[in-house]
Amino acid sequence: MAEKLIGTDIAPPDLHAKITGRAKYAEDFRAPGMVFAKLLLSPMPHARVRNVDASRALAMDGVIDILRASEVPSREGPREACLTDNPRYEGEPILAVAAVDEETAAAAIEAIEIDFEPLPFVVDPLDSLRPGGPNAYVDGNQFSGQDGWSAFKWTDADFATIDAGGMPDPACPVEWTKGDPEAAFAESALVLEETIVHQSLTHHPMEPRSNMCYWEGETLNAFVSTQSSQQSKFALAGALQIDPENVNFVSEYCGGGFGSKIAGTTVMQIPALFSRKINRPVMLRITRYEENYVGRARPGFQTWLKMGFLENGKCNAIDLIIVQESGPYGAGDFNTAGMVADLTYTPQNMRFRAVSMYTNTPPKAAQRGPGGAQIISMMEPILEKAGRELGIDRFEMHRLNAPGPDVEFGPRNATLTSVHAIEALDQGREMFDWDAKLAMSGQRNGSKVTGIGIGLSPYTAGSRGRDGMMVIRPDGRLYVHQGIGNLGTHSIADTARPAAELLGYDWEDVEIVWGNSTRGHPRSTVQAGSQTTTAHTRANHAAATDALRKIRAVAAATMGGSPSSYRVDSGRVTGPGGTMSLGRIAERAIAMGGEYSGEVLPEDIHAQTVPAAQMLAGEGLMGIARDNYGGEGNIYSWVAGFAMVELDEETGVVELKEYVGVTDCGTVIHPRSLGAQVFGGSIQGMGMAMTQRWVFDPQWGVPFANRLYTARPPGFLDIPSDLKWGAVNIPDPQDPVGAKGIGEPPVGAGAAALTCAVADALGGRCVCRTPLTPDIILAEIEGRPIHGRLDQHVG
Amino acid sequence: MDQVESESVLEQKYSRRTFIKGVIATGATASSAGYLFRGSPLLGAATVQTATERLITLNVNGQDRRVDVLPHETLAMTLRYKLGLTGTKLGCDRAECGACTVLIDGVSQYGCSMLTHQVRGRAVKTIEGLEDADTGELSVVQQAVMEEGGFQCAFCAPGFIMAMTEMIEVNPNPTREEARHALSGNLCRCADYDKILTCAMRAAELARSV
Repeated sequence: MAEKLIGTDIAPPDLHAKITGRAKYAEDFRAPGMVFAKLLLSPMPHARVRNVDASRALAMDGVIDILRASEVPSREGPREACLTDNPRYEGEPILAVAAVDEETAAAAIEAIEIDFEPLPFVVDPLDSLRPGGPNAYVDGNQFSGQDGWSAFKWTDADFATIDAGGMPDPACPVEWTKGDPEAAFAESALVLEETIVHQSLTHHPMEPRSNMCYWEGETLNAFVSTQSSQQSKFALAGALQIDPENVNFVSEYCGGGFGSKIAGTTVMQIPALFSRKINRPVMLRITRYEENYVGRARPGFQTWLKMGFLENGKCNAIDLIIVQESGPYGAGDFNTAGMVADLTYTPQNMRFRAVSMYTNTPPKAAQRGPGGAQIISMMEPILEKAGRELGIDRFEMHRLNAPGPDVEFGPRNATLTSVHAIEALDQGREMFDWDAKLAMSGQRNGSKVTGIGIGLSPYTAGSRGRDGMMVIRPDGRLYVHQGIGNLGTHSIADTARPAAELLGYDWEDVEIVWGNSTRGHPRSTVQAGSQTTTAHTRANHAAATDALRKIRAVAAATMGGSPSSYRVDSGRVTGPGGTMSLGRIAERAIAMGGEYSGEVLPEDIHAQTVPAAQMLAGEGLMGIARDNYGGEGNIYSWVAGFAMVELDEETGVVELKEYVGVTDCGTVIHPRSLGAQVFGGSIQGMGMAMTQRWVFDPQWGVPFANRLYTARPPGFLDIPSDLKWGAVNIPDPQDPVGAKGIGEPPVGAGAAALTCAVADALGGRCVCRTPLTPDIILAEIEGRPIHGRLDQHVG
Repeated sequence: MDQVESESVLEQKYSRRTFIKGVIATGATASSAGYLFRGSPLLGAATVQTATERLITLNVNGQDRRVDVLPHETLAMTLRYKLGLTGTKLGCDRAECGACTVLIDGVSQYGCSMLTHQVRGRAVKTIEGLEDADTGELSVVQQAVMEEGGFQCAFCAPGFIMAMTEMIEVNPNPTREEARHALSGNLCRCADYDKILTCAMRAAELARSV
């Protein structure tokens, strides 16, 4: 019997390359004659370029050429181009210079004279909502494809309420209501009203978004730092308006993205366009400083929340208003935040209002758990506060409000494929020893106070209908072609396991083919929203099922008997006519041709899969299929996080002591990697809530925090010394493998467990803003205002 | 004269201060205007048109390598762009993340914050030099990482592995707490710290059993 592959720890096949320095990330590729590009970044948050004088730069030895905004694709409206003469944030790339080395290119950038016309700017979305306030664009602050630009403002009355510290009742472009919130609030035993400020913050993956490109005739060779692979190739081709089949797209390794490099990056267009112009390979190395600006950021929220509770602790009504700080090019976090609030607290009566405001700050994008992480980290302490006021154990508050399998949420009553949030909470309670920890809550050790808290966090965790493609070659090995990117989650290997197991393969006989479009990749999801594990275990399962059918048919055609009487295991197929190696079967499949060798393809596969499959046709027995397993409802995973902290009342410093994260993400495929996702996501959430601070100067509209040390992700000494994880490990019943994704939900769980524990250490006071840096905590302790004028950027 | 000067440099601690002094001494002009208003500084340092390269010999991974080096060139750039050793990563260019950590005479240093001229006459070891040159056998640290399935995106891995290599020499029997401190100069944005720590402890265990 072949080994069992699902639920076991197997080091990913690329680990050896990663730890010997052989793994090539985008900036590690070289090409003969390669030159270097540098960017000139806007020094102002909003401006117009009146004139560029590059004569001194172009006259310098070693300088090759300049690339201007007029030479790159652009579209009307709030849409980003890779270079612009109309920058909308400090740090937006204006132009690029290529030179024989990076230093010369940088020197040339400094020799360029630009005449900028400064324009009004906005860093705080509330400023733009105020009557008479500035707008992020010359023509307004809202854009629709039909009507173009307009200026959306709240009223003086709205701001009179806000300025007095109250909850406004404003008009909002986005609004939905379910149930009867007003009637429900009237029935509530307790109504809590809070003002919440959640900062925006940059992603800062370890690998900046460097890229290198060169052309061979009409063919573009692109070496790109991106989370996804197959879809990023099409995104690049689409941006450049070239035939995707003329792009050789290499993305073997990606040094993290966390939502900032989903289908490639905007700056990946620059070396592609520049190398075409000068007919030489161009390396664009992005520095950390540049990454802070062009590297995307999580949108900040300015939120007003009203939450009603019945006497038994059940949340019966929510009224939520979100103003989102969306940067110059928009983001969608607020919509998810509304859905997640309804799903997590199941109020039955909810009103949701939101407005997404353009601002002149670096562009926003999904950041791990987009929308969900912000709202969960801010609402969980309020749920716990209600427990305190109602005299109900805080654990019970989470448990009794968590959804069961028949939950319906959001404006259109969405359903779930499966939900085991309560089981995750129960398992976490045991592992954390909640009851014993509860006795430690509030204990003092000198100036340090112990606090404990819980965060329950859901997020989308799957999609359906992608293609799987694999080839058994005459060498007998199984080549699983993965169009998904290699962003560090191990999913390039782990999503192939169910296929290998179905075909009875030992793992050492499986080759993962990834990261280079010339090797053939099927249509895949983007690596975002925790879709990959579900989408591609399904797609690969479907393709393996197709391969199994073909193996049996080839065996029966060769050895006699019926296909169904043949069994496949450990590289051999055995039945009434005898036994054959799968290598021999592959040879027979090539000889038989047709569907067996991929000469004839299924009709329902995606058009983007077809050229890749045609490239591989005739090389072995091909398993290829679209995921037609279907399903009803949304696929969501959950993490229940439990944290213990010590808060020093004299310094405002919070130290994490213990953390337990328990997930409901269906079948566990790779336990060790799953644990790493639970911890990694949770710690990123703690960084979001506590250590990373992104602050802007309101006068000049420029960020103060533009490097790692000023917006510091958690380091080794910030993490809890005692970490535990668990999984309920109940398969999703609608899925052939039963696995759901895990990337997103731990972020909200880690952040919320921390914000709840901090509130607990403060005697039950919700701070209701991030980041919980020492100055903010001391201000809270001393009773000084911490929300300022409600702008998330000014600390 | 050169010899005397370089030795006096070598005797000093490789501090950030020394690094900056080194940059200034080699003739680079600090261009604060460019930093503030152009926002495109190279390595956070100056750009130099007039500096000339000089051929020097470096001992890297046990081999003497001849290479043309600018006076203010950082070791990380020399390794990556002139010696083809791209295993050393640039994560921040400025001593904030540790992705470029290499060993100089067995001591971990940030390659982005060392001038290449500072390491003349010293033994430089990079991630590419950890395997046994003849057999390809992995070092104990690399073996430990393979066993424990360490790292996610692994962009930080070369730097961490070099720091672990130093750690097991300095403290062959660390507690988890000591290992955590020994590795705290390196950042992992995936926050795979727990598993990295497990790798470090396993590496120390393997080293003790050799």
